[in-house]
Amino acid sequence: MGQMIKVGMADLKICKAPDALTTIGLGSCIGIAIYDPSTKISGLAHIMLPDSTAIRNNSNIAKFADTGIQKLYDDMLKAGANKARLVAKIAGGAKMFEMPGASTGINVGERNAEASRAKLKALGVKLVAEDCGLNFGRTVELYSETGEYYIKAVGKPLKII
Amino acid sequence: MLTLNEVNEKYFDVLKEIGNIGAGNATTAIANMLGLRIDMSVPEVAFLPVEELGSAIGAEDEIIVGIMLGVEADIDGSMMFLMDMQSAHHIVNKLMMRDDSYNEPFNEMDLSAIKEVGNIIAGSYLSALSGLTNLTIVPSVPFVAVDMAAAILSVPAVQFGIFGDNALMINTDFSDDLGIKGHFILMPEEDSYEKILSALGIPL
Repeated sequence: MGQMIKVGMADLKICKAPDALTTIGLGSCIGIAIYDPSTKISGLAHIMLPDSTAIRNNSNIAKFADTGIQKLYDDMLKAGANKARLVAKIAGGAKMFEMPGASTGINVGERNAEASRAKLKALGVKLVAEDCGLNFGRTVELYSETGEYYIKAVGKPLKII
Repeated sequence: MLTLNEVNEKYFDVLKEIGNIGAGNATTAIANMLGLRIDMSVPEVAFLPVEELGSAIGAEDEIIVGIMLGVEADIDGSMMFLMDMQSAHHIVNKLMMRDDSYNEPFNEMDLSAIKEVGNIIAGSYLSALSGLTNLTIVPSVPFVAVDMAAAILSVPAVQFGIFGDNALMINTDFSDDLGIKGHFILMPEEDSYEKILSALGIPL
């Protein structure tokens, strides 16, 4: 295996085989993995909020599902990925605290997942698998050799989608 | 009219004061509850980019305990109190009168003890804020999560991320008998943030 490249919060990166991408401790955020099996070009975005147009302060495009996924998609095509072959997997979007009567921030996980699905659909990238919701954090790893998306959670067995 | 930086600087001082009074209140409350003498360090206020919040109190994948409460009445928002696992085990063992070396995963009873401690500490900070601002602030019932630091801290990161690029956190050490390292985060909604500032006489 190659290098494990870290993607931070409100951040996105791409890599080629044999490298892998990881982001640690997704809570309500979503880790969007896009993969091209023909070139093995891979991309991972860690978005925090669903919609850049709903917020005044939107200069960091990697922070939002709409602009972040767009940028990841553009970067991958620029790197030589085959548009027609792209597939996506998403994970995260948990509700870390079971607060009722949620204010805007609390249900954001579900809204992040919805916005990510919608953006992928708009770009014509097929969503092939997902592991979203519930109430726990997830660390994800995307392996560009295989396109496997590893999901690790505290006290739970490794899940590969 | 103050610049945003000047406002933040003043808000900083206020948060530090809340940290001082709040931690003082909490110290008394916990001491009464646990019958322990506690000292606390002068709190420090950290101002950091939202993206760095996940690693602000340790490794991103370190398992920590987060207690979250909603706040309502004159201001709306939420608040969070964070402890590392060692602190949480320590305080639960004291409460449950167990040996301090006990560190099995928390059961339901342990978690409700943690909630109660979080409630007391949060309430202490909130009454400090309430006293300084003359605003009525009522906390909701607490919720607890034991998970990776980055996942728990993503909740305030998102909340701050909605209207800014930076987050504010009060760090306090409760020392002596009780080795608790605590972090307190107040997350007012945007209009409540303005309400707090104007109640403190900080013009926007």
